[in-house]
Amino acid sequence: MVNLTINGKAVTVEKGTTILEAAKKLNIYIPTLCYLEEVHKIGSCRICVAEVEGAKTLQATCVTPVSEGMVVKTNTARVREARKIMYELVLSDHPKDCLSCGRNQNCELQKIGEIIQADESSFEGEKSKEFVDDSSPSVVRDSAKCILCRRCVTVCNEIQGVGILNTQERGFKASINAGSDILLGNAACTNCGQCTVVCPVNALHEKDSTQDVWAALADPSKTVVVQTAPAIRAALGEEFGYPAGTLVTGQMATALRDMGFDYVFDTNFTADLTIIEEGTEFLNRIVEMMYQKGVITAEKVKELGMHIGVNATFPMITSCSPGWIKYIEHYYAGQLDNVSSCKSPHMMLGALAKSYFANNIDVDPKDMYVVSIMPCTAKKYEITRPEMVNNGVKNVDAVLTTRELAKMIKEAGIEFAELEDGGFDNPLGISTGAADIFGTTGGVMEAALRTVYEIVTGRELPFEGLHVTPIVGLDRIKTAAITIEDAREEWSFLNGVTVNIAVTSGLVGAGILLEEIKKGESPYLFIEVMGCPGGCINGGGQPRPKEANTREKRMKALYREDEGKILRKSHENPDITKIYKDFLGKPLGHVSHELLHTTYTTRSKY
Amino acid sequence: MATDTKHCECCGLSENEMFSLLEKTIGDYEAKESNLIQILHMAQAIFGYLPDEVLKFISEKMNLPMSKVSGVVSFYSLFSTQPKGKHTIKVCLGTACYVRGGSKIVDKIKELLDIEVGETTEDMNFSLEVMRCIGACGLAPAIAIDDTVFKRVNPNKLRQILAQYE
Repeated sequence: MVNLTINGKAVTVEKGTTILEAAKKLNIYIPTLCYLEEVHKIGSCRICVAEVEGAKTLQATCVTPVSEGMVVKTNTARVREARKIMYELVLSDHPKDCLSCGRNQNCELQKIGEIIQADESSFEGEKSKEFVDDSSPSVVRDSAKCILCRRCVTVCNEIQGVGILNTQERGFKASINAGSDILLGNAACTNCGQCTVVCPVNALHEKDSTQDVWAALADPSKTVVVQTAPAIRAALGEEFGYPAGTLVTGQMATALRDMGFDYVFDTNFTADLTIIEEGTEFLNRIVEMMYQKGVITAEKVKELGMHIGVNATFPMITSCSPGWIKYIEHYYAGQLDNVSSCKSPHMMLGALAKSYFANNIDVDPKDMYVVSIMPCTAKKYEITRPEMVNNGVKNVDAVLTTRELAKMIKEAGIEFAELEDGGFDNPLGISTGAADIFGTTGGVMEAALRTVYEIVTGRELPFEGLHVTPIVGLDRIKTAAITIEDAREEWSFLNGVTVNIAVTSGLVGAGILLEEIKKGESPYLFIEVMGCPGGCINGGGQPRPKEANTREKRMKALYREDEGKILRKSHENPDITKIYKDFLGKPLGHVSHELLHTTYTTRSKY
Repeated sequence: MATDTKHCECCGLSENEMFSLLEKTIGDYEAKESNLIQILHMAQAIFGYLPDEVLKFISEKMNLPMSKVSGVVSFYSLFSTQPKGKHTIKVCLGTACYVRGGSKIVDKIKELLDIEVGETTEDMNFSLEVMRCIGACGLAPAIAIDDTVFKRVNPNKLRQILAQYE
């Protein structure tokens, strides 16, 4: 332990603690700009400087570790003056159009300006060249707004392992981009949008879709359908001042109806459907493997209602996360056969809304406009994929991030806190607890196991509360093994088979598991990958965290939502049974194949 | 990918041979990220400059993002992503040369060759660079063409000097 004093107050902290962290323990606030807790500390902006007795120069507290007997002063005249100059230098190359900026009142540069009390016009000079790169369907980069904090460089390179954003040139000409004049829309960017979450200003943000959605809502010839992903209900409240982890499912549904959406559906419904389709696909791959090994006969395969000659590549990997899909297409295209052919749940819902549901309510699918509220910027790209079209109409017309939805609710003059709870419309609105946990890392795998295990053994998944505890939590790679015993008679050939599974979130973890597969060393049969660290709860379109442990709190909220439901397994959803009976036929059947499954594309790394 | 049609001017290596030499160099440096600058130096020595296809090759072989490689290349002025001419003119703009009219020399060369600093003439004969300083302050204003230093250069004499290299 190390003893020091900050502003005359004594504190004892562990060795290796920074001055900034020690000050926090004493409730002493030091303004920071480039620093981001648990993500990024390089001490480049120098806003967090303090006086350390014995040191000639001021020290950046975010990177300076404490030492025994250290005497620190964070608010002397010298410190305040230095901080002010640093801040004014940043401002000198920043456009002062705050009132019309997308981050007005929600900007870290603006926020600390209030504390630093800077003189706006101290330094006036040349400004960096303005360049707005809006070539990507997901992420817009406005170089004039950039303050070169390099948080985006850290998440893109170290947390996501993609490395599209890096510093180019030097000094005044320095800028953050893909290099060699490559625009984001042409780069091997996964569109995950993690850079937009950490950007302190408006240099990186999602491509706006609110205007398109307002226009559709105002068009009387359109039937406007909206759907919400599981992770929205656990995070939207943060934009309205609720603590992280508050569930606002009911208020969200009411707000959407008040905004003028004609039908409010739940992507959870198609999360349940995904489990049926993907679970069946997994079982069919197993059956095919057993057939190829000569363990079972062709008649047996037929008896189980499965097909022969299907793709039996293992491990099978989930396909719900379009950022992850774009990653594997660019970086590991040789492993695309490992990926499930299921479309992501919101694409499935769009496809069903414009077929099954449009037919039910007698609306021409061409007059239907489907909006998805997603925690994700990659979904904005996903809807532009040419595969996501059926019968000549796009499955989904617009994607709004959680942040964009909050903006629209505010713009519509809706007092969110005062709203009564509403519900989702039928028939694409009922879901089970298994669907809720799709929004968190480990959730899709757990939901799939709840169903697949029960199909094979006739018994519930043998875990307390149905939670597969080894794959719950925020670790990068989580694994478990389930051995099949006492299977139902028709599945008895699987007795003794051990199903090794792995779950990862964030693309560094995906890269590690794919390397194993590439080398032929992967011990797994089934892998869940989510593109963002922690899963959709921490997606690139989610509110920027305002408090510590936001990811954990959102994750726990989804498990709470799951546990609060009577139906907790996808195959128990009565409307899923109905839609197979009335419309889809059977899992992996002809209609499913047309509407709910997709193909992938090999893409270049450059 | 590389075709075998182009040839290096200086040592007569084909493009394929240049890429295999680069691959060997990367191997000699164990493809370590900490050796990137050294590898880029060698690449520039082999190719004369660092075009995108060379950066992609390095990025692929070293398993580094392209944006990282191009970030390093654009950071150091010694690296060039533009092809160099047969002759490189370096005009000194160090203090002594500057006060004795170095910038007038730059302007005159720009006018004579119709290129900007950092560019190469269309016929690939000359590249123009400025530097500070070449250590010939007593001879200011000085320029260097390849390895030859010209002292007390008068802008009006530039046409004659350049003519020797046509």
